[in-house]
Amino acid sequence: MSNQSGIFSSAVNLGVTGAARSAPADASHPAADAGDDAVHDVVIVGSGPAGYTAAIYTARANLKPVVLAGSVTAGGELMNTTEVENYPGFIDGIMGPELMDNMQQQAERFGADIRYEDVVSVELDGEVKTVTTEDGTVLRARAVVISTGSAYRKLGLPDEERLSGHGVSWCATCDGFFFKGQNVAVVGGGDSAIEEATFLTKFADKVTLIHRRDQFRASDIMKQRALDDPKIEILWNTRVSGIRGENKVAALELEDTVTGEASELPVTGVFVAIGSDPRVDLVKDQLELTVDSTIAVDGRSSTTSLPGVFAAGDVVDPTYRQAITAAGSGCVAAVDVEHYLAALDS
Amino acid sequence: MSAAKDVTDATFQAEVLENSKPTIVDFWAEWCGPCRQLGPVLDALAAEHADQVDVVKVNVDDNPAIASQYGITSIPAVYLFADGEVAKTSIGAKPKSALEKEFAEYLTPSA
Repeated sequence: MSNQSGIFSSAVNLGVTGAARSAPADASHPAADAGDDAVHDVVIVGSGPAGYTAAIYTARANLKPVVLAGSVTAGGELMNTTEVENYPGFIDGIMGPELMDNMQQQAERFGADIRYEDVVSVELDGEVKTVTTEDGTVLRARAVVISTGSAYRKLGLPDEERLSGHGVSWCATCDGFFFKGQNVAVVGGGDSAIEEATFLTKFADKVTLIHRRDQFRASDIMKQRALDDPKIEILWNTRVSGIRGENKVAALELEDTVTGEASELPVTGVFVAIGSDPRVDLVKDQLELTVDSTIAVDGRSSTTSLPGVFAAGDVVDPTYRQAITAAGSGCVAAVDVEHYLAALDS
Repeated sequence: MSAAKDVTDATFQAEVLENSKPTIVDFWAEWCGPCRQLGPVLDALAAEHADQVDVVKVNVDDNPAIASQYGITSIPAVYLFADGEVAKTSIGAKPKSALEKEFAEYLTPSA
């Protein structure tokens, strides 16, 4: 379970513009100016709710965090969603990209140095860690927060890659538009699968939701939404065994998981929403991982197997994976960083 | 979105298909989050390889004919045209290094 991209490449990537700015040197840490020769207090890798929350808290603690936000992955998963209805504090909901834009500005307001660059390698051992970005910049830091999130899981079918961009999609908000008046399928049974299916009904004539079990994992409100929608048809106990199509998707090959019976569903689009895997490529040889391939942390903390290295968000969470749990986990990491640096200095 | 020149259904023939230089076309839309993130990446690529390729963009909302002619069903979609034909395609928002690798043969200065 390690494929690293849906429509996105992994976070292990390159830098483009990079909004490097100079901040005044901090008297308590003579080396802690923003120049890249300096040793920063903390570098945060990733910019979803976990990364930005860690940035807000560490910036407010005057630790002048550098956030490596990613060139095309900045803002993380919520950048591909529409309405976020369950993030507390927004009575009428908020658009995912707007929420992330707010978090970014909030972090910058307190002095976080956000750079739209991709990290290619990290050295996490020792007192001073290094983080190297695609353009060759080497950042040194006393503490590092890993909040690289997760990457869309693929179906693992032979024709999936070939037909990706030709009917196979991981982003309904990006691609739903192209399926006006057509029949499409969504694969999955969680909240995001139902959200995709509901969104697609704005464009498609009919949306078939294909789920391998006989009930949804999704929350009750989302389940009801799918069941009530006249444009959504649900195929329970069904597995996608193949994708057909010469140059574009023409049909799905299905298999009943109970009877084993094979069938075919003619669709022009298939949206894959079967979950995601933690993005651990950068750190998997240096940090201890769990059986779920998430970064192992100590109890409720963000402490990893190496001192000075903290992890937060989806990359540590095989279970909850919500924007709000990621944000909470980013806060935990920030407080852990503060305590760690304070102990070093005392 | 990128700062690249807008090409439309009406100008596609002249600006892309009849361009003597290989042309990278960024198919995008306002409502596509990853498209907005890819914009600055393509701008950087355009600036760095200005001698080898032109980079333009097509808004699929405003120019459905071109998008449908090339069977675009996912955006961002980055298509490289050479001699009036699709030579390379790349789907999704990818970092500059990844695009440079995919389009390498058109980005290196010819001898």
